[in-house]
Amino acid sequence: MDFLRENLLSIITFWPLLGAAVLLLPPFKDAVRARAAANFFGVTGFLVSLPLWFWFDRGADGFQFVERHEWIPSLGISYHFGIDGVSALLILLTTLLGMIGIYCSWSAITDRVRSYYVFLLLLQVGMIGVFCALDLILFYVFWEVMLVPMYFLIGIWGGENRLYAAIKFFLYTLVGSVVMLLGILALYFRSRLLPGFEQTGTFDLTKWLEMGVPADLQIWVFLAFFLGFAIKVPMFPFHTWLPDAHTQAPTAGSVILAGVLLKMGTYGFVRFSLPLLPYATLQFVPLMATLSIIGIVYAALVTLVQTDMKKLVAYSSVSHLGFVMLGMFALNPVGLSGSVLQMINHGLSTGGLFLIVGMLYERRHTKEISRFGGLAKVMPIYATLTLILFLASMGLPLLNGFVGEVMILMGAYAANPLWAYFAVSGIVLGAAYLLWLYQRVFWGEITHEENRSLQDINTREIVTLMPLVVLCFWIGVYPKPFLAFLDKPMAQLAERVQPGRFDPTGGPRTAVAQPVPDPPVTPVSDPAVVPDPNR
Amino acid sequence: MSGYLFLIPLLPLLGFVLNFAVGTRLAKPKPFVTAVAWSTVALSLLLSIFAVIEAAGSPGHQIGQVLFSWIPGGMAETVAGPRPFAIDWALRVDPLSSVMLMVVCGVGFLIHVYAAGYMAHDPGYARFFSYLNLFMFSMLTLVMGANYLVLFVGWEGVGLCSYLLIGFWYHKQSAADAGKKAFIVNRVGDAFFLIGLFTLFVNFGSLDFATLTAALAGGHAEAGWDGPLTFAALMLFLGACGKSAQVPLYVWLPDAMEGPTPVSALIHAATMVTAGVYMVARSSALYVLAPDALMVVALVGAFTAIFAASIGLVQTDIKRVLAYSTVSQLGYMFLACGVGAFSAGVFHLGTHAFFKALLFLCAGSVIHAMSGEQELPKMGGLRKKLPWTHATMLIGCIAIAGIPPLAGFFSKDEILWLAFSHGGYGQLVWAVGLVTAGMTAFYMFRLYHLTFSGSFRGTHEQEHHLHESPKVMTIPLALLAVGAVTAGLLGIPAALGGSNWIEHFLHPAIASLGGHGAAAGHDGGHGTELLLMGVSIAVAAAGIGLAWMLYGSADLSRAEGLAKTFAPAHRLLLNKYWVDELYGALFVRGVALGGGHALHGTDKLFVDGGGGEVKPGLGVNGLAWFTRDVISKLSNLWDRYVVDGLVNLTGHAFDNGSYYARHLQNGFVQHYILYSAMGVLLLVGLTRLATY
Repeated sequence: MDFLRENLLSIITFWPLLGAAVLLLPPFKDAVRARAAANFFGVTGFLVSLPLWFWFDRGADGFQFVERHEWIPSLGISYHFGIDGVSALLILLTTLLGMIGIYCSWSAITDRVRSYYVFLLLLQVGMIGVFCALDLILFYVFWEVMLVPMYFLIGIWGGENRLYAAIKFFLYTLVGSVVMLLGILALYFRSRLLPGFEQTGTFDLTKWLEMGVPADLQIWVFLAFFLGFAIKVPMFPFHTWLPDAHTQAPTAGSVILAGVLLKMGTYGFVRFSLPLLPYATLQFVPLMATLSIIGIVYAALVTLVQTDMKKLVAYSSVSHLGFVMLGMFALNPVGLSGSVLQMINHGLSTGGLFLIVGMLYERRHTKEISRFGGLAKVMPIYATLTLILFLASMGLPLLNGFVGEVMILMGAYAANPLWAYFAVSGIVLGAAYLLWLYQRVFWGEITHEENRSLQDINTREIVTLMPLVVLCFWIGVYPKPFLAFLDKPMAQLAERVQPGRFDPTGGPRTAVAQPVPDPPVTPVSDPAVVPDPNR
Repeated sequence: MSGYLFLIPLLPLLGFVLNFAVGTRLAKPKPFVTAVAWSTVALSLLLSIFAVIEAAGSPGHQIGQVLFSWIPGGMAETVAGPRPFAIDWALRVDPLSSVMLMVVCGVGFLIHVYAAGYMAHDPGYARFFSYLNLFMFSMLTLVMGANYLVLFVGWEGVGLCSYLLIGFWYHKQSAADAGKKAFIVNRVGDAFFLIGLFTLFVNFGSLDFATLTAALAGGHAEAGWDGPLTFAALMLFLGACGKSAQVPLYVWLPDAMEGPTPVSALIHAATMVTAGVYMVARSSALYVLAPDALMVVALVGAFTAIFAASIGLVQTDIKRVLAYSTVSQLGYMFLACGVGAFSAGVFHLGTHAFFKALLFLCAGSVIHAMSGEQELPKMGGLRKKLPWTHATMLIGCIAIAGIPPLAGFFSKDEILWLAFSHGGYGQLVWAVGLVTAGMTAFYMFRLYHLTFSGSFRGTHEQEHHLHESPKVMTIPLALLAVGAVTAGLLGIPAALGGSNWIEHFLHPAIASLGGHGAAAGHDGGHGTELLLMGVSIAVAAAGIGLAWMLYGSADLSRAEGLAKTFAPAHRLLLNKYWVDELYGALFVRGVALGGGHALHGTDKLFVDGGGGEVKPGLGVNGLAWFTRDVISKLSNLWDRYVVDGLVNLTGHAFDNGSYYARHLQNGFVQHYILYSAMGVLLLVGLTRLATY
């Protein structure tokens, strides 16, 4: 048990890697065996992550389940894992969606089955690693590791225009991450000012949190990080790779892409940009809020006119992620918690929506909305589950989306009422595009004869959707256990960015964060560079 | 002893789950589904009665129950410093929710009974009742929620049920359209409602009714339009406009008549649409401090009342007439709230629930008898064939027309009197209300005569099938008719020797407007009040008389002549002022779809640079093309001529160099010695040079 507890994060991260290695063994050349083994590793991958839910101390400060080993000491690079409440929830989401992604491919993938599952499992490694890594090089390695399997998943098992989509996805995000790497390196060179790291520097996030970063450097690094993360989110105007990638990706690819991969960007902001660069964060609030709001409204309007179901859901993701970013840059605990909760919510409901679309695609080999209509009659169970997920996605109370949205909007309103005025239009449009889609697919008479003989979803498909539906209700009715993960880290993050502003004993809103004083350019180990007192 | 409160909404929810999960799978669902649906609502009714009695006898006239901490959100900035956004799942019964509980459970139960007859032959019987139970859950949550967010849960929940039930016959395009329209228009209101909630939270640090009322009590009325209270009050009112179908968000309610008639009676007449009135009355402590917002409420209510009534004058679909009548009567309720007469508004809400539910169910009975026909011009002369329906509908019409001593008279007159005595804009809305009362009496009796008087105008087949509805439908009609006759007795004004019990009952839950207005009127002589009462009875009688003259006989030529004389006005009303067309062009095709297409084009053309391929141009594709085809070609050239050139040069240098160098290796020892000596000399020379 102790071994498990001490190495929990490594086990969770590399379990799928073990799976991928096993799948490469000769006996698994057979598709049936490969499928069975992949599902085994999917399910067990989720099970090994479950201790996080029970063992994570929701009241504790700082990072937990920390593992730290030297890796390249001469450059200050270490194998450093550790999580807080944010990463804990995202890891659980990743292992859950990973399991579902593998399971939902049961009958959809018949071509090159083994390599498909190997890529899915490798993708899993990269994603979990990103959420665990506390060393920036380690983080960057996992970040890039994710790209490759996704590229192949889209490029090999995707739709007709898959190569264009795959290359667009790959290059777009690669450009972002290279610039992000520059930002990381800039901070690394800064870390040589830290006492004890004069020779080697360090890539250790916990050390970086203790160093003051001068204002102008903060601005530049924020911009570099921004490009990397904003493309991944994606924020307007970097969003056009997403609809293409989604329309072309296989179902599991879309589920993972929407459910987890997009959260890499938002996670990056929460984990790195905000705490490391509080001064720059405050400077960029107007820009970030504006882009988020444009994203919400712009993408919602574009969603309305889509004729392809998957593209519709993809554009709706852009709108939803706009909410996530807006809540985050409200920079108050309620907005931040709502933002992270909405990351989870979006993963559940939009992940579910891609499964829903995938199920129909498997039956009819089209995602064109106009090819359907009247399906409620022939597929009642499917229609019901779809409606639940639609309602979750549009933020109906007692389903998960509402809790996240109301917290985000509350946070946005408290920070700047104007933001909330604009952002609420997103919830009107959200209802509009989803209900219109629902009407066109499920209501009315059956207009295409081939739809008359459609089979309702089978037990396996119901099992695929059930965990998501249950979680949607759980978070909607009783979100407390989930929010408990976020209370502490988000309160600390808000305090770090705007010290004193959320002290309940304090008076009316007065405190405005001071920029970190710009220390003079000094030789190494100048005493002027003291650890950040806010830490 | 209030630990049972949670059962009141929970029981119908269980009914929903049972009927949806089990009932829809049964081969013969009727007995099971009916038993579940009726019994859960009946039990809720019993528990509600219990709760209402207990609350009335409790200190503070209320009981409550906190179930669990629902959204323990983090800190947010408020005017008074940071406060945690923490919302409990809490229920409460006070006089205001008591009235609502009685209306919702009482009328709701009767409609459940009626629906068992009305929907008996529908294949979606189980689905219908499960939705109806879900509606009861949501509505009860709405009226029992102890804070705005729990209220909002019910608020959105009833919206969902409304959507599902309007679109119950989803294979019909018109029903599907109407359901979607209802939901989306309501969402517009909900968005404003949320803004109102946030404003309240930021200003008071809480969304709990009791906390907010306490914080507001004794505050000073806000002068001017830019204060936070006025803003919050207006935002909440816009939310109410969505749910309670007021101008400008009323457009969904007439279309909602696509749903089965029991749904129209329960949701779109008696209960859900009154949620906005309930919410405004619930927020009375806020509204009395925001007189400007209150004036807007009164004016919008009055305008909606007369606007909808004018459309109702000429509609030919029996349910649409009733729908516009509902919009108009809801306007009356807001008119009341707007002059600070919240109790009178809630009183009218209660009486209206009885007579409008009755009217809808009667209309349903007529439609049932007419084999689904809803057009008034196809009816006529049904008095003899449908005696029960005729009698009860007549009672409903008299009640809504405002003829004493039926329910509508007391509540409507209370509103008109309080508006008049409010002074200022109150007298304007009084005048509008009076005219509306006359129009109401007219269109209701027009409907009555077109249905029951004269001779039958439908097909022979329809005539052949005419039949009175079964007992399961007529008994609820009779009970509702009793309510429509007697409900007004709860609020007999002092001028007529009554005690206005309802106002006293509601008093602890309702804030009153200070200074002039209601109280002053009550103390003074009753002369004016009695005079105005006489005026409004006369107006109602005039409306009834006119309707009788035009539509009372088999000969409708006078009415047709009138329509011809005023053809443009008639067309304007018949087409509902073309508001639907205007909204469609402006918001649906204009802003939403037009904007969507334009932005999608922007994405494709400008952001991506056109087409799903890498090609020269602007945007992402252009950038990719530039990277792939320009930079990479340039670097190819660079590689070939510069980098490779250097490499080749080096290679050539060694190649050729060694060609010459090999001559050194000629095998003559004396040559080697010579080279060695030259080398030594060279080295010595160089060392010498270096040391200088």
